[in-house]
Amino acid sequence: MKHLRATDPQQKLDWLRAYRLWTKIFALTFALGVVSGVTMSFQFGTNWPGYMERVGNIAGPLLGYEVLTAFFLEAGFLGVMLFGHRRVGEMVHLGATFLVAFGTLMSAFWILALNSWMQTPAGYEIVDGQFHARNWLEIIFNPSFPYRFVHMVLASALTCAFLLIGISAWQILKGVAIDTASRVLRAGLIFAALAAPAQMVAGDLHGLNTLKHQPQKIAAMEGVWETTRGAPLLLFAIPDDATRSNHFELAVPKLASLILRHDLDGEIKGLNEFPSAHPPVFPVFWCFRIMVGTGILMLLVSWIGLWRHWRDGWDFARMPRPMLKVFAGMTFAGWVATIAGWYVTEIGRQPFIVSGLIRTADVASRVPSSSVALTLAIYVVLYLALLVAYVGVLKYMSETAERTKGPITSKDYEDGPHKYQRRGEFA
Amino acid sequence: MISMSFDELLPLIFIGLMGVSLLVYVVSDGYDLGVGMLMHRATPEERDTMVASIGPFWDANETWLVLGVGLLLVAFPKAHGLVLSELYLPTALMLVGLILRGAAFDFRVKGKANRKATWDRLFIAGSMLASVCQGWMLGRYISGFGEGWNYPIFAGAIAVALPMAYALLGATWLVMKTDGQLQHKAIEWSKIAWPPMVVGLILISMATPWISETVRERWFTLPAMIAVASIPITAGIALLTVRLLLGSPAVRGALCWLPFALLVLVFLLSFLGLSYSIYPFVVIDRLTVWQAASSPESLKIILIGVCVTLPVIIAYTGFSYRVFRGKTIELDYA
Repeated sequence: MKHLRATDPQQKLDWLRAYRLWTKIFALTFALGVVSGVTMSFQFGTNWPGYMERVGNIAGPLLGYEVLTAFFLEAGFLGVMLFGHRRVGEMVHLGATFLVAFGTLMSAFWILALNSWMQTPAGYEIVDGQFHARNWLEIIFNPSFPYRFVHMVLASALTCAFLLIGISAWQILKGVAIDTASRVLRAGLIFAALAAPAQMVAGDLHGLNTLKHQPQKIAAMEGVWETTRGAPLLLFAIPDDATRSNHFELAVPKLASLILRHDLDGEIKGLNEFPSAHPPVFPVFWCFRIMVGTGILMLLVSWIGLWRHWRDGWDFARMPRPMLKVFAGMTFAGWVATIAGWYVTEIGRQPFIVSGLIRTADVASRVPSSSVALTLAIYVVLYLALLVAYVGVLKYMSETAERTKGPITSKDYEDGPHKYQRRGEFA
Repeated sequence: MISMSFDELLPLIFIGLMGVSLLVYVVSDGYDLGVGMLMHRATPEERDTMVASIGPFWDANETWLVLGVGLLLVAFPKAHGLVLSELYLPTALMLVGLILRGAAFDFRVKGKANRKATWDRLFIAGSMLASVCQGWMLGRYISGFGEGWNYPIFAGAIAVALPMAYALLGATWLVMKTDGQLQHKAIEWSKIAWPPMVVGLILISMATPWISETVRERWFTLPAMIAVASIPITAGIALLTVRLLLGSPAVRGALCWLPFALLVLVFLLSFLGLSYSIYPFVVIDRLTVWQAASSPESLKIILIGVCVTLPVIIAYTGFSYRVFRGKTIELDYA
């Protein structure tokens, strides 16, 4: 979503309409992010009190900076960005919009620095069981951080691009605000077509980084039990932790070694090299396939869609309806891939909360498990209900976009149609 | 105190920052939670105005909670774990309330029109749940998580009193931000919420020293007693002035801001009184600020960030309130 914030309120009718719809979508999404995010600052204490007791000296400053520089920049300027356009000047409004975008990026920076440190800890020393910082640059720029940061920012960009693509395609299918939706759809397709291949490269580099620092995670992702030279790439398998083997394998010979070692006979360390210190294989294996599969689908859909659009003379009216339906069906593809990816990396770190140093079970709360189960159930029900409501309201908002309140005045045209083009990095 | 080194001073700086963040949170989210609860008594049109009066602020208000709890987390990790483990269920329920409220706030205007009444009900219910839970948590916290028959009664009383205080704060906010029929109603609401808030405040002031010996010694030892007596006396005068103003026509004119401002003063005084009761503990009778604090090296790193960002935060909060000053007009995304 963050790129949307950079859209400058457009003089041209179409872009103004797009801006109005997408600002509302952004506000709704952001509000859900804020309220569900507040939960996290409490859960460190309610559910993982041992974590901060042991690594508080390192996690504390990183989390502190996350809250300070990011959350506040976002939330503080959000009011001005969303509701203040008539009350402040154009430049002030644009400035507030950029600060919101900058705040979000900083938020991602600090929280990913902490998460990466938990994956590949560096720059610390342990005194009497307590972690202390030795070198902050090594802590922040720990080995996996640059890869994770780039991978995540690109994932957000793709998520945003497919939200734009999906909702605009839905509008065209429903015959709502077609001119506006066409512009947004085109921009989304171009953006996705650029971001998807970049994400493939970033993901590959991130994988190589993980192979170097967390080989047990890679072994789980690829379902490799025994250390193998020329390991095959498993397209399908049912990994079984009990028998320590895979059922129903469907494999391409030597491909995993080629991808990971860039050598057909490269060696991949197997899970059996890490007794009682490797993650559960089934969820990591399958979440990884969901993430990569969705990623490949996004690449194909954006490229084929753009090629088709070019063949149609840049006119979506001539695009076949099944293609538009595919676009609409991919609305939430970015989220699916992102969440699957987070499951890979978080479950893949288990049984540790800080790789190789602190086990997750050792820092969990001693609250009765019935209380934990009760609150978990409440959160699951609440989040599912909110998800259903969110999707329903997105659908409703996109179908009623033309009836957006607020008259379009002559002021909206005063700079002439030639100036409608965006100043910001609309994507 | 004078000979304290900078390393020993750091935890005090942080407990101060955390306290101020939580005070700002209680006042700022207090009025918008109050407005949320009062919507129960408003017409659909009035509800729109009420939501518009808090629309540009509530996001930022809630982040003060994140900052306050965040500072507790990063500067006093041991206390964060201890407090929140003790308050496990009320914390979860409060979060459910805040999530419902925040989500309903956006859904009510963006969803189908015939669903609006449902979202409003969730908004009201979320505001109430969050306020009641915060009252309960405050009650448990200031009584040091004690066990016994009297402790739940005490926490229960505060779980009623704090929502009333929020409602009064919200009602006086509306007196300041609206006019016409809604302002008239808000004055009536303020009059209804005033007595329970005052009774609640008196109850807390009396019960806290009764429940905790530490607090009793603090307040009722001469000569300090004479100096600190100014806190309840000033608060009492401010509360009486609020009540007098609510009965006078001036509150509908130039003085519409005064009841709200005086209530903020009462909250500030209550905060000072509470801090005086608890210091130097962060969890009463169990953990001092120094026992709970992170290492000085880590606190210094955080302090740099605080020194850079806090002035910016204060400046833009002021800016935001200036942009949206005066009586509330309809919000739109233009």
